[in-house]
Amino acid sequence: MTDTELMDLVRKTLFDVAPDLEGEELEARETFHDQFEIDSMDFLNFVIGLAKATGVEIPESDYPRLQTPAGAVAYLRANWAAAST
Amino acid sequence: MIDFAMPSLGADMDAGTLVEWFIKPGDAVRRGDIIALVETQKGAIEIEVFQDGRLGDIKVGPGERVPVGTVLATILEPGETVPSPAAETPPSAVEEAAPPAPLSPRPPMPQLEAERAVPAAAPGEAAATRPRITPAARRQAAEKGIDLATVSPGAEGVIGLAEIAAVAAIKPAPAGETRARRPGIDLGEMRKAIAAAMSRSHRDIPHYWVSQTIDLTALFAWLEAENAKRSTAERLLYAAPLIKAVALALKERPELNGHYGEAGFVPAERVHLGIATALRGGGLVAPALHDADSIGLEELMTRLADLIPRARAGRLRSSELSDASATFSNLGEGTSEAIMPLIYPPQVAIVGCGAATLRPFVVGGKVEARRLLTVTVAGDHRVSDGRRASQFLARLDALLQKPEAL
Repeated sequence: MTDTELMDLVRKTLFDVAPDLEGEELEARETFHDQFEIDSMDFLNFVIGLAKATGVEIPESDYPRLQTPAGAVAYLRANWAAAST
Repeated sequence: MIDFAMPSLGADMDAGTLVEWFIKPGDAVRRGDIIALVETQKGAIEIEVFQDGRLGDIKVGPGERVPVGTVLATILEPGETVPSPAAETPPSAVEEAAPPAPLSPRPPMPQLEAERAVPAAAPGEAAATRPRITPAARRQAAEKGIDLATVSPGAEGVIGLAEIAAVAAIKPAPAGETRARRPGIDLGEMRKAIAAAMSRSHRDIPHYWVSQTIDLTALFAWLEAENAKRSTAERLLYAAPLIKAVALALKERPELNGHYGEAGFVPAERVHLGIATALRGGGLVAPALHDADSIGLEELMTRLADLIPRARAGRLRSSELSDASATFSNLGEGTSEAIMPLIYPPQVAIVGCGAATLRPFVVGGKVEARRLLTVTVAGDHRVSDGRRASQFLARLDALLQKPEAL
């Protein structure tokens, strides 16, 4: 998957867990919390959604790396590659 | 024949707009079924029916805004016959002939109907019978004059903007066609509703507040070990054991769990905990998590994960807006230390939690950095005193020290 496709996946997953945000523009380097008032429940649902879509197991200790859209894309790229080799 | 009336979905609702009927006259209904969608200040609420039977006549059509208590439709009880369309008498004649029916199938204060005991619909039950529609999609559809019944849901049974766009592409926008006002949450209207409810609370309820700082170090250690063993989808947020403990402690303090109405205080037999949920952009809604004291932590997490996004999207069910017996307000991570909340009438208590943060605390005679949570109970002096709230907090503290038992 390209970074563009991964960003689309991040966007789609976010809108699935927070349908009230659908149509919003994502700022790649700003945290989900700061841009969208994402709380711990939204974030957990978001991580679950990403794990389901990609098969990447995301331990709780890695949550800080997924706080921004760009961070989530980078994390998925790195771990997806690792998982599939 | 029973009249099915516009329900009161909280102290702050005086009217609602009927958006959509999900069934038609003659269709069988079962207690707990969702039969209509009503737009309120808290979004588009799925209205449940509270008896078995068949839908008789529909009295209020889509787009009509009517006060609470207005008859929306009639429900024929089991055994009653559906009037045959051929032999139909004019509606006015039927009404005159019918014996005076109760104004509403539910009393004006449905929260007091403790024995009603309707099991919460299983999450996803409604989704199985009709597609989920995102609020943005609903808006778009209303703006473009697209009948949602003509839109096929996408891959996961959800109608989103893409599905609306697909239909819009083949259907030219009708000129000047008027549609029902769009469902969804109007934050300005919601602010008015909150203002009305909280003004009433502040005016009518003689509040007292009692606070305690509770050491959650053991809970967080247990949670970390537990979550390391669990897959992503099975992990717990600290809110889950916290809610369970609050509900268990409320169960033991009936003076904090119930409703104060015209007849005075009526304790609730069960603990349906309202979960105060902040909306993005402002606004607050506190849907009930039914039987929060008697479900396991996994079930509690599953229900929270379902309830909170629906609250934000304005897609709650009527029972969730009318059943709460007390409210839980959790400021959550990265917020402030403590909150002094106001009670949501006609409830008699609210439990507010600040952020769980590392702060100095005395353990075994020494000051240590511990994970601390300041919990504040607001109680109603017409029903209880600070002593009761203090006992509640002591019990809550004890429960939270043994998270594995929750």
